Amino acid sequence: MGRTLAEKVWDDHVVRRAEGEPDLLFIDLHLLHEVTSPQAFDGLRQAGRPVRRLDLTIATEDHNTPTLDIDKPIADPVSRAQLETLRKNCADFGVRLHPLGDVEQGVVHVVGPQLGLTQPGTTVVCGDSHTSTHGAFGALAFGIGTSQVEHVLATQTLPLARPKTMAITVDGELPEDVTAKDLILAIITRIGTGGGQGYILEYRGSAIEKLSMEARMTICNMSIEAGARAGMIAPDETTFAYLEGRDAAPKGAEWDAAVAYWKTLRSDDDAVFDAEVVIDATELAPFVTWGTNPGQGAPLSANVPDPASYEDASERNAAEKALEYMGLTAGQPLRDISVDTVFVGSCTNGRIEDLRNAAAILDGRKVADGVRMLVVPGSVRVALQAVSEGLDKVFTGAGAEWRHAGCSMCLGMNPDQLAPGERSASTSNRNFEGRQGKGGRTHLVSPQVAAATAVLGHLASPADLSDTRTPAGVA
Amino acid sequence: MEAFTTHTGRAVPLRRSNVDTDQIIPAHWLKKVTRDGFEDGLFEAWRKDADFVLNRPERQGASVLVAGPDFGTGSSREHAVWALQNFGFKTVISSRFADIFRGNSLKNGLLTVVLEQKVVDALWELTEADPTAEITVDLETRQVRAEGITADFELDENARWRLLNGLDDISLTLQNEADIAAYEAARPSHKPRTIDA
Repeated sequence: MGRTLAEKVWDDHVVRRAEGEPDLLFIDLHLLHEVTSPQAFDGLRQAGRPVRRLDLTIATEDHNTPTLDIDKPIADPVSRAQLETLRKNCADFGVRLHPLGDVEQGVVHVVGPQLGLTQPGTTVVCGDSHTSTHGAFGALAFGIGTSQVEHVLATQTLPLARPKTMAITVDGELPEDVTAKDLILAIITRIGTGGGQGYILEYRGSAIEKLSMEARMTICNMSIEAGARAGMIAPDETTFAYLEGRDAAPKGAEWDAAVAYWKTLRSDDDAVFDAEVVIDATELAPFVTWGTNPGQGAPLSANVPDPASYEDASERNAAEKALEYMGLTAGQPLRDISVDTVFVGSCTNGRIEDLRNAAAILDGRKVADGVRMLVVPGSVRVALQAVSEGLDKVFTGAGAEWRHAGCSMCLGMNPDQLAPGERSASTSNRNFEGRQGKGGRTHLVSPQVAAATAVLGHLASPADLSDTRTPAGVA
Repeated sequence: MEAFTTHTGRAVPLRRSNVDTDQIIPAHWLKKVTRDGFEDGLFEAWRKDADFVLNRPERQGASVLVAGPDFGTGSSREHAVWALQNFGFKTVISSRFADIFRGNSLKNGLLTVVLEQKVVDALWELTEADPTAEITVDLETRQVRAEGITADFELDENARWRLLNGLDDISLTLQNEADIAAYEAARPSHKPRTIDA
């Protein structure tokens, strides 16, 4: 019987397999950041253990880093102490680190791919659930806890039970203004926040094959929001073209050998998935969330659902609590929801294409009065690219704030937060209660919807914008 | 890791689904660099409400959390497990846990027990009606017992063995040093490297 993509990558990394034990899996790439690593390094120190494979380990600073005044000392002493702890740990153990101010600094899941470190058929882990992002390259990539971070630092392996596999097939052409973000939000609403639990998802089908690498990363990034262990997309010419020439990509004969191997990384025709979901891309529309988990979403053209319409008691209860927290009324059109803040950024939508898509809509338009818009590039490299294309000027010209790279308002560990009761349209990945600041209310959206929302001041898609562009030559 | 054999204690019934890790421990607590001191951050936003179940006087000292489905969704933060343990919880019962949270809990000796929702419902009813009702979670027999309720639960034999003995995963793995070295020697040279080794 044939094997799935996930099974192939898994099998290629089994160090040891024994009856009644989890497989011991080799880890090709370990990404570190300041939040989930300090206790792991402490554990190594206490046990007198070194980092086993410094050449497969890399660190950056992202969760705590400010996006303003980065040349000044970090104001929050606790954040500063955590960043200093990472710097000391990396220096003590010899780990490559890209700190705040370095040209390779940025959100860890943006940095790995842009350096060319994330490659097809590798195993990638990080103490961060959005490690699933790297699955876009046909890597088996998943988030781990701090105990596992320590385990990988010490052994470069992890004992793991093999998850089941689920195929998510998306065929057809995505309609105009419908993005990878809309697609993944629709998938999560369809299968639920627990729908992927215990599975590695493989996204496939003609709609997926047409997506750019960056769009594929957006999809795989949010696999965790469906509860999945990981999400993967088979590597193809799009993947190879993205990787070729990048710093850590193989060169010369090594490149040829790598590509030959990467081409084998497809689910066999006779492979059997444990579960399958089929989505018709042509039926999709811009999609937003109305609730407090990423599975509580609906097309932008819909109304806020009535909790009474849910048959399942726990879903009904969750919807009631969500509407109360979000300050919404059943039946209210989603387009009528006004926002205070728009956030463009994060490991979900903080790459150059995302910034281009948002800028294309803002060009010649203005952010609505009373709306604050933050644009936070996913990495310094993304920021430099955006500046070279003049995108920063488009954002600031429209009245948005152009910031330095980091996780920023995705999770509000730095000063970029919502105030209690404030409402955002956010290109990030989680609309949990208080995620973007205590009492803050989050609607997850695509970069295009974020930009259109910023212009109109309420949830909107680019199609709603027909007459809002300032005529050429008018300031 | 602290061993877990059997535990008996009073319960906190938490009638909520999708309790995500941002609710269990908000992000600003994640700036700490230790594994302890997270108890005050546990369910921080909800605890501002005096009526929240964890604040009720009759729940003080309870050590068994009985939660709704999809407990621990969201981030990989192990701080969520530490916060529950720092607060005094020894075990969490739910009909479904998020994968990463579950893995983290079992590595720290916080036993996460999966029971059918109808059993969870029965445990909620029992412990809401009688806050002094005790629940026993017995890992040796893989059974949960409370007044009028007996339910078996599954946990794979390897995880159970490690919990019962409080074994350290890293030491166990390093016993397979020869296997790891052999795998490393055979890895293709085109695999990525972060530094020249």
